[in-house]
Amino acid sequence: MTDFTQSYDAPRRNYSQLALRWLLFALLGLFALFYLMPLFVMVTTSLKSLEEIRTGSLVALPREVTFDAWRTAWSETCTGVKCEGLKPYFWNSVLMTVPAVIIATLLGAVNGYVIAQWRFKGANLIFSLMLFGCFIPFQVVLLPMARSLGILGLAGSIPGLILVHVIYGIGFTTLFFRNYYVTIPSELTKAAKVDGAGFFRIFWSIFLPLSLPIVVVTVIWQFTNIWNDFLFGVSFSQSGTQPVTVALNNIVNSTTGVKEYNVDMAAAIIAALPTLLVYVVAGKYFIRGLTAGSVKG
Amino acid sequence: MAPILDIKQLYKNYGSVEILKDINVAIEPGDFLVLVGPSGCGKSTLLNCIAGLEPITGGTLSIGGKDMTHVSPKDRDIAMVFQSYALYPTMSVAKNITFGMKVRGVDAATQEQKLNEVASQLQIEQLLNRRPGQLSGGQRQRVAMGRALVRDPKLFLFDEPLSNLDAKLRVEMRSEIKKLHQNLGATMVYVTHDQIEAMTLATKIVVLKGGVVQQIGTPAEIYNRPANLFVADFMGSPAMNLIPAKATKNGTGTQIEIAREGAAPLMLTDTHAENLPQDVILGLRPEDIAEAGFRAGEDVQVAECHIDMVEPAGADTFVVSELGGKQVTARLHAETGAQPGQPLPLAFDLSKVSYFAPGSGERLN
Repeated sequence: MTDFTQSYDAPRRNYSQLALRWLLFALLGLFALFYLMPLFVMVTTSLKSLEEIRTGSLVALPREVTFDAWRTAWSETCTGVKCEGLKPYFWNSVLMTVPAVIIATLLGAVNGYVIAQWRFKGANLIFSLMLFGCFIPFQVVLLPMARSLGILGLAGSIPGLILVHVIYGIGFTTLFFRNYYVTIPSELTKAAKVDGAGFFRIFWSIFLPLSLPIVVVTVIWQFTNIWNDFLFGVSFSQSGTQPVTVALNNIVNSTTGVKEYNVDMAAAIIAALPTLLVYVVAGKYFIRGLTAGSVKG
Repeated sequence: MAPILDIKQLYKNYGSVEILKDINVAIEPGDFLVLVGPSGCGKSTLLNCIAGLEPITGGTLSIGGKDMTHVSPKDRDIAMVFQSYALYPTMSVAKNITFGMKVRGVDAATQEQKLNEVASQLQIEQLLNRRPGQLSGGQRQRVAMGRALVRDPKLFLFDEPLSNLDAKLRVEMRSEIKKLHQNLGATMVYVTHDQIEAMTLATKIVVLKGGVVQQIGTPAEIYNRPANLFVADFMGSPAMNLIPAKATKNGTGTQIEIAREGAAPLMLTDTHAENLPQDVILGLRPEDIAEAGFRAGEDVQVAECHIDMVEPAGADTFVVSELGGKQVTARLHAETGAQPGQPLPLAFDLSKVSYFAPGSGERLN
């Protein structure tokens, strides 16, 4: 990469290098188009009427823009027997995702802080086990988890889903925070100890204020995973507590008669909007946070 | 006076590795104790043990007459300055300095007053609202000192505080620390690997190697009468000349014979040395070998030596001559007429000589 920059900055650029650069841009542009195509189709389809979908081309722009499909998807379309649209399920997802993200992030931060800065006997073993937890496939724990939720009296409830996602998230959040805190010199903790601060005081006053980049990374990661989760949502919920991903599936699969592609597309976009929004708002911190450990502060 | 810091038979292990072995040190109020040694000798670990940041494996430790062996750092009445300064990155300089008081619940007015005192003492008033990231190395160093000073503790601990500074700033801060010590009359424990820092700052030096105390003494004692070969070699720059020699008793004292390649052996007579074994290592600092005629005294003996190299260093000129198979350095005055490849009469001041046993390295006289 360094070589490339140097040759580009050299005073006498030759044409083959210039051509190479344009080729690179063209290729990247092509990939971007390839990635954006499905989104384009989704957005345009959701803005068309059923009539137009049936007669027009898939990639054509809508002749007449209508938001009817969006309104239907949000509050009228049927999931199974009920016809309330995505709205109640969307709020289920919010009620599930927000607490789960906050709790998992906080627990991960404390865990990472302990493992990185308060080295105790067996800390590395515990960390390895937590790391191992990141790689256990979801399917493996479905039955034991269902049983556990039943015993705890949380089966089919939103708190139950929160618990499942927190447990699954702790491995990752701990990993993120541990790797971030390990780069902070241990002398900082020592200085604070000599200053008289205790465990939580040091965490609260010194480590948390330093953590914005990694908090953003963790929140984006957790939010995306939990919001988009389908398997836990479909396994551990019942009719009133289903998250939006499950509802979306039901909408798409339970239509009778004519398939309302515009409603399906609108519903899919609505279900995907929050994660998109989180990334757009906090995305630049995401990249920064991921690379934060590699540059000494 | 009761010792303010008293360490008795301190041991520290990490697992099965012994880091510190049988450390016994005591200092009086107002002392400036320097722990010095090569890296990995355990000096920083010892400081961390004193601070309570590392639990000790055996022995006792008391501060101000109270047993502190198992007391947590915050209750030891100590303040510490770290090598990396360890300033809290998200807090302003003022908040850094007052953090300890805030944690301890000192009222705001007192905090403010102490902060201003310390800030003016260290001349950092104009920096109080900045973040550590906006400060230069020397300024960070001052803030770190401020954080310690504001506590007014029984014991100040310094962990290589100057090693991250450039050479010029290091000398400046060194003399500031010395002034601070004199003005406050405070007791300080200071870790360094720099023997010049140790010599200039200390009232008492502990030389450590491999977790074992080699010698404890005033800078003069350590410099003039090193307890063994390690201390002799480690303290002083350029290092003490350590020359293998043979000792034989004769009528007036002890005859010291130093072999020379391609020439007759160098013969010196020490009238004070007694009971030396046959093989010894003779230690003489470069400044105790002068040009003949520039050093007088009854123990000064002159011998002609072949000069291999001349190194002018401004104030002094160092000459090197091979004696006993070693490159022996002598410190001559700047205007010496010494020429490489030529013989030169050198005066050896045997009143300053040290003898060591070649095997154990222990001091013999």
